[in-house]
Amino acid sequence: MTTVYINKQPVEIKEGSTILEAAAKTGIKIPTLCHVENQIPKGACRVCMVDVEGAKSMVASCTTPCTEGMKITTNSRNVREARKFVVELLISEHCGECKTCVRNDDCELQSLARELGVFEVEYEGETLVSCIDDSTPALVRDSGKCIKCRRCMTVCNEIQVVGSLFAQGRGFESKIGPAFDQQLDGVVCVQCGQCAAICPVGAITEKEHIDYIWEAIEDTAKFVVVQTAPAIRAALGECFDYEPGTLVTGKMVSALCLLGFDRVFDTNFAADLTIMEEGTELLVRLKEALVDKKQVALPQFTSCSPGWIKYAEYFYPEYLDNISTCKSPQQMFGAVAKTYYAKKAGVDPKDIVVVSVMPCTAKKFEAQRPEMNDSGFQDVDYVLTTRELGRMIKQSGIDFKELNDDVMDSPMGKSSGAADIFANTGGVMEAAVRTAYEIVTGKELPMENLHIKPVAGLEGVKKASLKIEGCKPEWGFLEGVELKVGVAHGLGNAKKIIEAMRAGEEFHFIEIMTCPGGCIGGGGQPRFTTDEVRMKRIEAIYKEDEGKQLRKSHQNPEIAQIYEEFLEKPISHLSHKLLHTNYIERN
Amino acid sequence: MTEPKAKPASCTCSEVSEEELYERLKIIVQSQRTIPGALIPVLQTAQDLFGYLPEKALRMISKELKLPYSEVAGVVGFYSYFSTTPKGKHTIRVCMGTACYVRGGQDVLKALIKELDISVGGTTNDRKFSLEVGRCFGACGLAPVVMVDDETFQRVKPSKVSEILNQFE
Repeated sequence: MTTVYINKQPVEIKEGSTILEAAAKTGIKIPTLCHVENQIPKGACRVCMVDVEGAKSMVASCTTPCTEGMKITTNSRNVREARKFVVELLISEHCGECKTCVRNDDCELQSLARELGVFEVEYEGETLVSCIDDSTPALVRDSGKCIKCRRCMTVCNEIQVVGSLFAQGRGFESKIGPAFDQQLDGVVCVQCGQCAAICPVGAITEKEHIDYIWEAIEDTAKFVVVQTAPAIRAALGECFDYEPGTLVTGKMVSALCLLGFDRVFDTNFAADLTIMEEGTELLVRLKEALVDKKQVALPQFTSCSPGWIKYAEYFYPEYLDNISTCKSPQQMFGAVAKTYYAKKAGVDPKDIVVVSVMPCTAKKFEAQRPEMNDSGFQDVDYVLTTRELGRMIKQSGIDFKELNDDVMDSPMGKSSGAADIFANTGGVMEAAVRTAYEIVTGKELPMENLHIKPVAGLEGVKKASLKIEGCKPEWGFLEGVELKVGVAHGLGNAKKIIEAMRAGEEFHFIEIMTCPGGCIGGGGQPRFTTDEVRMKRIEAIYKEDEGKQLRKSHQNPEIAQIYEEFLEKPISHLSHKLLHTNYIERN
Repeated sequence: MTEPKAKPASCTCSEVSEEELYERLKIIVQSQRTIPGALIPVLQTAQDLFGYLPEKALRMISKELKLPYSEVAGVVGFYSYFSTTPKGKHTIRVCMGTACYVRGGQDVLKALIKELDISVGGTTNDRKFSLEVGRCFGACGLAPVVMVDDETFQRVKPSKVSEILNQFE
């Protein structure tokens, strides 16, 4: 342990900790625009300056390690003036109008300027040039607003290991972006939007679909249905100043009704459907491997997360056969909304507009994949992020906090607790195992509260094994089999688990979610997401799960109904056509 | 295995096919794959081989070193030493150090820009000359100084630049 003195107060801190960490421990806030939690500090923004007694000049607290007896001042006129100066310089070259910026009121540069009392910028010099890159379906980049803090680089390269964004050029001319001024569609990008979620300003944002949706809602010829992903209900409240982890399911449904959607359905219903298909697919693969002795691609990977799919298509094409052929719940929903539901409701599918609310930007990309039109139309028309839904609700003048709770419409609005936990890392695995175990043994998963503890939480790579005992006769070949499962979240961790598998580690089933923490930490979620916020959202999701009578996907009566009335059985001919897909190798 | 020796750019055009150059580059990159910090030496080698850094070579380096293409581009763009445009047969460097600057280096540069009809960093259409500026060649007593390849020209006047250029084939 090392003792340092911050503003004369002694602080004991682990050796090697930075001044920024030491200050955080004592509850002293040092502002920073470039720091990324748990990552090597870059010292790019120079906002976190502090005075250290005996040092030649002020130091950046994020990159300076504490040494024994160090005397640090975080709050003096000198320090405040220095920070203000840095922010003034950043603003002096910033090309963007707060008034019309989509990130107005959600901008760290703006709020820091306000906190530091920057009301005038004396430096009149050259400003950045605004080049808009809207080449991809999900993200928009504006070079004029970029403050070159490099947070996007950190998430893209170190957390997601995708490598789309780097510093290009040097000095005033430098830009953070793809190689040689290319647009994002010219390089490898999985559209996860973690860059948009961490950008302190409005330089990277989601491509907005709000106006298309208003237009569809106002068009009386259109029947507009909306689905909401499992992770929305634990985060939407943050757009209205609720504490992270506040469940707002009922208010969310009320708000969607008031916005004018004709039906409010639940992606969770489709998540239950996914479990039926994906769990069955896993059992089929195991049977083919163990009984028929066929060459089958195992382990099976989950397929719910479109960023992961695109990542595998680029970086691990040799494992595309291992990825479950199941579409994601979003896409399953779209396909059945324009077939099963259209028929049931007596609406021409060409008039149905399917809108999704997703915690994710990659879902915008997924919805427009050319193969996602098995209903005969584009299965999902528009995708809103959680942030966009928050803005739509504000635009319509709805007082969210005053809303009553409402419930989803039928027959695609009911869901089990297993569907809820799709929102967080480990959840899809747990949901699948809850159902698969019961199919095979006829008994409930023998775990406390149906949770597979080793795959829960924020550890990057998690593993568990489960001995299958007491199989029904038709599943006798699984008797005594040790089912080995793995879970990874964040693509850097996905890479780790795949490399472990390549090196010989055995798995039967691996869940991969693109974003840290899973969908609750998605690129479309309210800002600003830290591990603390992730954990609060996860707790809320488990609470939603545990509060339900229905805890397992196969118990959902609306799932039984859709198979009875329409799909027949999991992996039937029709479900194969509507609910399954294939992947392409990308170069 | 001995490392294939990189030949200077001027030798490559007639003797070695482009295909062979890429083959050589591939062998070099593969031999450096496991060395941390291999990118810059590999880029230097590639520039020696081709005379500049063609996109195809950068794509190969990115793939073989398993580094994102955007990272490779970032490094290339950071160092003025690296060039992604083909260089001319002769490189003209005009000194813009303090002494040369005050004694008219800027006017010499302007004259060269006009005469060659290219900007700084550019190459003439016939790939004969590339134009660069330098920061002090250590010959301040001879200011303003221009270097063409390894040859130094002293006390250059704007009116004399065409005379200098004419000396080069």
